[in-house]
Amino acid sequence: MSAAVFESEPAGAQATPKPERRNAPAVLRVDHLTMRFGGLVAVKDLSFAARRGDITALIGPNGAGKTTVFNCITGFYKPSEGRIALQFGDPEVWSEIERLTERGTRSAGDQKGMLFLLERMPDYLVTQKARVARTFQNIRLFPGMTVLENLLVAQHNALMRASGFTVIGALGLRSYRQAERAAVEHARDWLEQIGLLDRADDPAGELPYGAQRRLEIARAMCTNPILLCLDEPAAGLNPHESAELGNYLHAIRDEHATSILLIEHDMSVVMRISDHIVVLDHGERIADGTPQEIRHDPKVIAAYLGVEEEHFSQAGSGASS
Amino acid sequence: MEGAGGKPIDVVRACKDTAVTALIAFGLFLPLIGFNTVLNIHNELILQTRWPLLAILVGVIAAGRFVYSVLIAPWLQDSNVWSRPEVSIAGGRLTKWLLPFILGFAVLYPALALWLAGFQGAVKWIDNFGVQILIYVMLGWGLNIVVGLAGLLDLGYVAFYAVGAYSYALLATTFDLSFWILLPVAGCLAAFWGVLLGFPVLRLRGDYLAIVTLAFGEIIRLVLINWVAVTNGYAGIASIPRPTFFGIPFNATDEGFAARFGLEFSPIYRTIFLYYLILALALVAAAITVRLRRLPLGRAWEALREDEIACRSLGINTTNTKLTAFAMGAMFAGFAGSFFAARQGFISPESFTFMESAVIVAIVVLGGMGSLIGVAIAAVIMIGGTEIMRELDFLKIVFGADFDPTQYRMLLFGFAMVLIMIWKPRGLIASREPSLLLGESPARPAHELAKAMQAAVVESKARA
Repeated sequence: MSAAVFESEPAGAQATPKPERRNAPAVLRVDHLTMRFGGLVAVKDLSFAARRGDITALIGPNGAGKTTVFNCITGFYKPSEGRIALQFGDPEVWSEIERLTERGTRSAGDQKGMLFLLERMPDYLVTQKARVARTFQNIRLFPGMTVLENLLVAQHNALMRASGFTVIGALGLRSYRQAERAAVEHARDWLEQIGLLDRADDPAGELPYGAQRRLEIARAMCTNPILLCLDEPAAGLNPHESAELGNYLHAIRDEHATSILLIEHDMSVVMRISDHIVVLDHGERIADGTPQEIRHDPKVIAAYLGVEEEHFSQAGSGASS
Repeated sequence: MEGAGGKPIDVVRACKDTAVTALIAFGLFLPLIGFNTVLNIHNELILQTRWPLLAILVGVIAAGRFVYSVLIAPWLQDSNVWSRPEVSIAGGRLTKWLLPFILGFAVLYPALALWLAGFQGAVKWIDNFGVQILIYVMLGWGLNIVVGLAGLLDLGYVAFYAVGAYSYALLATTFDLSFWILLPVAGCLAAFWGVLLGFPVLRLRGDYLAIVTLAFGEIIRLVLINWVAVTNGYAGIASIPRPTFFGIPFNATDEGFAARFGLEFSPIYRTIFLYYLILALALVAAAITVRLRRLPLGRAWEALREDEIACRSLGINTTNTKLTAFAMGAMFAGFAGSFFAARQGFISPESFTFMESAVIVAIVVLGGMGSLIGVAIAAVIMIGGTEIMRELDFLKIVFGADFDPTQYRMLLFGFAMVLIMIWKPRGLIASREPSLLLGESPARPAHELAKAMQAAVVESKARA
C-alpha cells in the first residue's frame, strides 16, 4: 500500500454521492461495538452508520478488525459489547431503538418498517429475518452442486415455505411446482446478469475464479437482502474484472433496494465505487467520510504508510497533487 | 523389443528390479520362512531349516516382479488406468442404463432361484442372499441420507437399527400387535431416537460427531445387554411373531397361507414373501430419497455437506436441517430393524455390534457418497461376497479339509476395500446427478463433449 494508490485515481464524478442520498436514513447503525478474544481487543468501541442506498466501504490495514466487524454484523460472532441495528421499510421505526434495546427482544416494528438488533440474533436468522446477506473472503460456494442449484439453495427459506416444509412438495402439488418455477426464473435472471447462463448446469467448483466471485455475489442477492456485505469482493481479480465488479455493484445498488457494505484492499476499487468510507486501524475508527475526504485524511495516510505524525504534510501534499 | 505402447522395454532395468526384489524377499523370508522352530517329543525346541520352500517363494516373487516390470507396468502406463479422470456424465449414463436391469433382476430373483436351485435349495439363496443383501441395501440407503447427502459421519447407525428391532420385538411379544401396525411405530420410534441423539450432538462436526455417534451406538447396545428386566439381556428375545400375509399366517395349519391358497406347505412361501416385503421397503426408501433430493430440504442437505458456513450465511437453519437428515436416516433403519426382528424371530444384542455400523458405513463409502445405485452394488458385493465365502467348499480340496474360507472373510473384505479406494477413490459411482437442470446451455451436452475428447485422444495416439 502506498501513496501512489491514492493518487492513481482522479476524483471522478462517481466518487461523489448523489445529493439526495447524502440525507438518506441509515440502514445499519453500529454503536460502541467491542469484540474481545480473550485478552485481544479486535474491535474497540466502534460506531458508524451505513446509509440506505449507499455503497459503504470498510477499509484499513491488515489486522485492523474489518472481518471481525463483518462477522459481528452477520451474526457469526457475538459481540462482547455494543449494539448493531438494522432497519428496513419506514425509517420512522428508528425512534423505537432505545425502547427495543431496553426491552431485550430482537426486533420491533410492523409491516411498514422493521428494526432488528443483530447482536441478539443467531447467524441464520440475521439472513432469514433481518435480510443481511454476505460473501466470504475465501469464496464459499457449494462446489459439487451446479451453478443453478447454488442459486436455488439461496432461496431455501422461500421454497421451504412454498413446499409446506416438504409435505406439499413431496406430494408434488401445483402450488409448490409454481414456486419452484418462479425460483428457477429468479435464478435465471441473475445468471443472465452475471453472464453465466450457459454454465448453469456445470458444477460451481469448475468455474473460473472471477466467475465464482460473481456467482457468490449473485447467490447472496438471491436471498433478497436489504444489506449486502461483501468481504473483499475484488481479491484475486484482474484489473478488467475488478472494473466490471464496480459496474456490477453499482447496478445492484441502483436497481435493487439493496445497500452494500464492503471490505476491500484494492484502493482503486474502493475509491471508485464507494459513496462512503469508514477507516479502521487497530480495531478503532480513525476516519469516516466520502472518498474525497478519506483520500486527504492525514491519519489514514499515516495508518497505511506507517509514518510518524510529523511526516504527514509531505505525504498529504503528495496525495493531493 | 517393443512394448504395447510402442515404447522399447528396458530389460536391463527389469532385471535390476527383479534382483532387488528377490534380495528384499530373501531378507524378509529368511527369518520368517527359512527357519522354523518345532517341539520334538522330548519337549525340546529344535530349529529346522526350510531352504526349498524359501527358494520357491523367493523365485515366485522374483518372477512376478519380472513379469510386472516387463509387461504390466508399461501396459499400465500406456493405458493410464490409474490416472484416468472420472468422466461424471459417463457414470450417470451407466446408471440410467443399469437401472431397469437391476430392478428387473431384483423382481425376478426368487423365480430364478426356484428355477435353478429347486424348492429345497432356493430357500438358502433367497433368504441368505436376497433378503440379507436387501436388508443392507435398505440400511445403506438410510445411512446414505445422513452420510452421503448431509455429510454427517454417523458411526453409530446400528443403534437405530437396534431400536427398530427391539421396538417390534417388545411391542409384538407384550401387546400382541400386528407387524403392519408396528412397522411404522418402529420407524417413528427410531426417528424419535435419532432426533433425541441429534439435539446435543449436532453442533459437533466431522471427527467429533463420528466419535459421539460411535459412543451412542455402544450405549444402546450396553443398555440392551444390561437392562435385563426389559430386554432379557444377552439371552435376547425369542419367539417374536413372524409377519403374516395381510393376516394369513405362514404355517402348516388349515388357516395357513399354503392351505388357503391350495398349495402344499413349504417354508419357501414365507421366504419369498419376506423377500418381496424387504424389496418393497427398500424401494420405498429409495423413492423417498429420490423425491427429497429434488426438494429444498434435500438440496439443503447437500449444501450442508458442501459447506455448512455458507449454508448459515444463506439463512438456512442448519440444526433443523441436520435433525431432519438424522431422523429420516434413523427411520429407515427402524423399518429395517423391525423387518429383521420379524424375519429372524429372535434378536439379541449380538446382532447390533459396532461391526454392523462399520459394514454399513463401508457400503455407503464404497458405493459412492449419495449414489443409490452405487450403494446397492456395494451392498451386493460386501454382503453377497461374505455369504458366497460359505459356498466355496471346493477350496477344501485345494487347501486341505481344515481350510475354512469364511475365516478369510475379513482379509478379502479389506483387500477389496483397498483395491476400490485405489481404483475409484470416490466410490463405485462417484458422479452426482444434479437435482434440477436448466437445460439451456448452448454448449454441447456433456456426454457428447466426453465422446469428442475421447475421439481426440484416440486420434492423437494413432498419429504418434
